[in-house]
Amino acid sequence: MKPPPFQYHDPKTVAEAVGLLGTLDNAKLLAGGQSLMPMLNMRFVLPDHVIDLNRVDGLSYIKENGGTLEIGAMTRQRDVEFSDLVRAKCPLLHQAIMHIGHRQTRNRGTIGGSLCHLDPAAELVSVAMAMDATVVVSGPNGQREIKFADFPAGYLTPSIELNEIVTAVRLPLWPAGHKSAFVEFSRRHGDFAIVSAAALLAIDGGKIARASVTIGGVAVAPVRATDVEKQITGQAPSSDLFRKACESCRSIEAMSDIHASADYRQHLAAVLSRRALEKAAGLAENAPWNRKH
Amino acid sequence: MSEKRAITVTVNGTKYERKEVPVRITLADFIRYDLGLTGTHLGCEHGVCGACTILLDGKSARSCLMLAVQADGHEILTVEGIAPSEDKLHPLQEAFRDNHGLQCGFCTPGMLTTLLEFLRDNPDPTEQEVRIAISGNLCRCTGYQGIVLAALDAAKRMRATPA
Repeated sequence: MKPPPFQYHDPKTVAEAVGLLGTLDNAKLLAGGQSLMPMLNMRFVLPDHVIDLNRVDGLSYIKENGGTLEIGAMTRQRDVEFSDLVRAKCPLLHQAIMHIGHRQTRNRGTIGGSLCHLDPAAELVSVAMAMDATVVVSGPNGQREIKFADFPAGYLTPSIELNEIVTAVRLPLWPAGHKSAFVEFSRRHGDFAIVSAAALLAIDGGKIARASVTIGGVAVAPVRATDVEKQITGQAPSSDLFRKACESCRSIEAMSDIHASADYRQHLAAVLSRRALEKAAGLAENAPWNRKH
Repeated sequence: MSEKRAITVTVNGTKYERKEVPVRITLADFIRYDLGLTGTHLGCEHGVCGACTILLDGKSARSCLMLAVQADGHEILTVEGIAPSEDKLHPLQEAFRDNHGLQCGFCTPGMLTTLLEFLRDNPDPTEQEVRIAISGNLCRCTGYQGIVLAALDAAKRMRATPA
């Protein structure tokens, strides 16, 4: 048997799950299982208790609420992928989802699970950072909200208490007609990105009124390229403007691992942020890197 | 020792009631060892190779990344349940046979289950769409060309005779 021994719990309500978290030591929450199950199979984690959230009611939904898109934590990535509401109101999320794993993993993987696992290269984590999302958390003292910028506490570690559960993510929507793009560099389709870039642009009267540029995979959590955002806001979008502005991404503090050196990640950050902006602004139609799929 | 639970699952139309399983056994191991359905293959056992793909309530999933207890009350289709009868293959299987869609056959159960779902959702795919659909299934024989041809041929056959 691959996974180590543990006790299994399948609560039916969030309150029940929170109660279990508060009383059990060394417990792990099981959402879609596309990260935790491999870690259990390889015995990288040895929990005494596994609390399965798959039978908790009411955590799977996508709804719009006064300019905010709210997605339940146990909503499958596949449901987000096929949501007309997401495609219409938050195209960046749809674009990013298409880069996540494969059909079989998106059928199981959840949005809350991905946000809490907080892989530095995870697409959904980048989108949450790019959209200035808010995470809704339930604990013994009720509900609270955490700004996504404050959500990552470190590598694979969200800043929630041991007895708290993420129940939803709220994405403040950008105005209708805004532009967006998600690009990433990975060795094979569906692999973890070495570096990814998400761009959002609101263009008004030929000028960039608002910009959001996020680099994933360079540091322990996605980084907002605030320098780039400042440099391009108020300007007319052009490849030249983006190329110059994105050079600043070479100074983002980057990690180094078996997949890529820090230098290479910084290089990719500059190139991919420029490409994401070009793609969002419609300047990449004929670019050789912009193959349609 | 390890906790056990009784689960009820329907696999390929057969209902298995109150099967006692250790809570930590993966769905893949349950299918292979408890039900004896060894058509579902295990390659990597951490969600990379796709050989163990099954359909859970009609949706493809890696059975090595699920616990058997999670399948309680659900319906599963494995490669053994694809053919309509013992002496007749599914058009998808016929297309694999006719297009040299398998060499050693290890990845085939995962390819078939993945494509069964994909062709149901997208009956007339492009070659590129097929390649992306099977991007989560590794073929160590690197027989992708035959597999892609088989998938496109299967789509044609299935369009001609809808199930």
